[in-house]
Amino acid sequence: MFDSLSVKFSSAFSSLRKKGRLKAEDLNEICDEIRVALLDSDVSLDVAEEFISKIRTRSLEVLPDINKGINPSQQIFEIINEELIEILGGNARRIRFAKNPPTVILLTGLQGAGKTSLAGKLAKYLKDQGNTPILVASDLQRPNAVTQLQIVGESIGVPVFAPSPGNGVGDPIEVARAGVKFAKEKMHNMVIVDTAGRLGVDLELMKQAKSIRDAINPQEVLFVVDAMIGQDAVVTAKAFMEGVGFDAVVLTKLDGDARGGAALSIAKATGRPIMFAATGEKVEDFDLFYPDRMASRILGMGDVQTLAEQAKKAFDSETSSKLETKFASGEDFTLDDFLDQLQAMKKMGSMTKMLGMLPGMNSSAMKKQLENFDEGELVRTQAIVQSMTPAERNDPKILNGSRRARIALGSGRAVSEINSLVDRFSQAQKMMKQLRNSGGRGLPAGMGLPSGMALPGGMGQGMGFPSGKSSGNMPPKKKSKSGNPAKRAAEGA
Amino acid sequence: MALFSKLFSKLRSGSISEQDWDEIERALIESDLGAAAAAEVVATAKRNRGSDSQAEVIAILTSWLSSTTRTLNLATDRTTTILVVGVNGTGKTTSVAKLANFLTKSGKTVSVAAADTFRAGAIDQLQTWGTRLGIPVIAGAAQADPASVAFDAISQAQKSGVEILIVDTAGRLHTKSGLMDELGKIRRVIEKSSPVDEVLLVVDATTGQNGIAQSKVFAESVNVTGLIVTKMDGSASGGIALAIERQTGLPIKFVGYGEGATDLRPFDAATYIEGLVS
Ligand SMILES: Nc1nc2c(ncn2[C@@H]2O[C@H](COP(=O)(O)OP(=O)(O)OP(=O)(O)O)[C@@H](O)[C@H]2O)c(=O)[nH]1
Ligand SMILES: [Mg+2]
Repeated sequence: MFDSLSVKFSSAFSSLRKKGRLKAEDLNEICDEIRVALLDSDVSLDVAEEFISKIRTRSLEVLPDINKGINPSQQIFEIINEELIEILGGNARRIRFAKNPPTVILLTGLQGAGKTSLAGKLAKYLKDQGNTPILVASDLQRPNAVTQLQIVGESIGVPVFAPSPGNGVGDPIEVARAGVKFAKEKMHNMVIVDTAGRLGVDLELMKQAKSIRDAINPQEVLFVVDAMIGQDAVVTAKAFMEGVGFDAVVLTKLDGDARGGAALSIAKATGRPIMFAATGEKVEDFDLFYPDRMASRILGMGDVQTLAEQAKKAFDSETSSKLETKFASGEDFTLDDFLDQLQAMKKMGSMTKMLGMLPGMNSSAMKKQLENFDEGELVRTQAIVQSMTPAERNDPKILNGSRRARIALGSGRAVSEINSLVDRFSQAQKMMKQLRNSGGRGLPAGMGLPSGMALPGGMGQGMGFPSGKSSGNMPPKKKSKSGNPAKRAAEGA
Repeated sequence: MALFSKLFSKLRSGSISEQDWDEIERALIESDLGAAAAAEVVATAKRNRGSDSQAEVIAILTSWLSSTTRTLNLATDRTTTILVVGVNGTGKTTSVAKLANFLTKSGKTVSVAAADTFRAGAIDQLQTWGTRLGIPVIAGAAQADPASVAFDAISQAQKSGVEILIVDTAGRLHTKSGLMDELGKIRRVIEKSSPVDEVLLVVDATTGQNGIAQSKVFAESVNVTGLIVTKMDGSASGGIALAIERQTGLPIKFVGYGEGATDLRPFDAATYIEGLVS
């Protein structure tokens, strides 16, 4: 399910990566795969296709330059990420305040989107910033929506204007109008008006929403939408846009594992910015919207932007080109090169944090691996390699029993650990040879560059990287709480 | 449906173009059936051209439906228990009310239990429905342990000889393992007194591909027996429900198409499948 999407995406890139230098046909292939990945993330069909055609054009334009670089697929990936962020972050802005208070905020959206909970979260957020908000209960439709708002208001110490009992009794337009008037009299500087959920196809209720809007003339109409929504997102967003009009979008239930491709569709189709994100059931589970995190999430890639930057810094081009030359000339990849890589990895900061940023890390299997990942093993592996003589590092085949015993002593590790490292290393070496013989160009995934994207799955094994499964004496890693890959990566620090 | 009939007349006359096929595929993708599944339908139908292609496409979609019975599993000699579960806001409470109404109309004695003790106002919401429909609501205190509310409810229902007890639960995201465990506990605690006959997962028709993950995790945690697909009155065609049936084998038992108590009907495969490509 969810896991397979990340795999799909990373496989698209790993097949590209194997190609090294890219041709125009390669781009078409990857574009097809990205299309499927976007659709699986619930980006609407039209938006996905428009997006892909833009990526194709941009990539074709820069193809000659891209091919001069070390890792063409990584650069294409960056183009994609950039474009996503641009759409998601377009028109980004904060709430507009009224010149003459109160500032009025109207919430609209489908049934079950989470408007009433959001009203509470927004009120708390605004209150914490020193405002004096009041909530207005204009959802008179859903049974006990008024009660719900009253309970929420009480829990956060925000007054609730609720003159009508609801449950079908009362006029939401009148309540909204009176609420704003009341707020003005009582000197509240902000008013948040909750309304009943309605369908885009319900013309009568659309008209009613418009009347509420006209009655209170809000500074902001916020369209509240469930992050789990599928292809209907655009149809519904457009219906609300035409029927009521809205100024910004709020995404809810982002604490789940929905990719939330709808965010892209809505931003693109309506040109309205996504302003806030709701990430849980508690009133404080509310945050500003971060386009870069959302982009990574839609791609199922973790926080690739950050990863790419860190990787760039860590793998200075000297190390990379040294490796690339070696690979191309058919020289063996040695334990010295491996040590270079390890050191670069260390420079990249906390391993767990790094891995959390990698694609595929959303899968539960990967999460488990991450939790078991033992940073100490990196250090231990390095100690082992450093206890070898240059000759041994160059040609591990000469590592007989007595040499291994010496290394074990020098590094303070068990002989079995030396054995397993050497095994993993020769596997990696063999793999590189095979790749080269099969005509693959450029570096295999995970060997040269940051190209983390191929790591999940085969991570550790065969690459000479410390394997996630091996036991260490390090304390177990804290279990991640966040459904957001970027957040999770941050937690891993 | 318009699209279907247009295309199928072309199919029969043999003049269907790549563009037409593309249109079918797009309609299926836009129904939330999933990109891969949509491509599969078209590829298979193309292969089988020459024969009756309309029947072919419909047959492919129909073959993906679950073969499990869609009628409720009702006990005759004791209280039947129906547990209603799902992610936040899909329409669980409303569906509990509608289903209670539906079963009452068919001559059963029904009670509902308010085991969503978490969300503000959830108990009142169900109580309002109960009053409206004349259906007894068994409730505990807000923030009480939902499993013990459910346990009290089944004991009470048994004592008063109610035929069917429908238990509303709090919405929860399938990714929260603690909350999923809580659901398992509710089920186990009820089973101490009486078997749970149906666990109905409520899926919102607007849900995208995440619906698959939702249903798989719920199915694993509480042994779901069927689906209620809600909000079919909107612009979403609910293709995700077929995708779920195909991947989990769980049958859609009811469809919700409005906010009123009578806006619920047993699932009808033909109407649903037509809706996917209209
Ligand atoms: N249009 C339409 N609205 C529906 C349908 N079913 C439920 N709703 C509406 O969806 C909203 C949420 O319904 P609830 O029954 O409260 O959903 P829930 O799953 O119990 O929500 P939580 O308990 O908060 O998780 C309400 O406004 C309902 O009126 C339906 O079939 N069609
Ligand atoms: Mg409910």
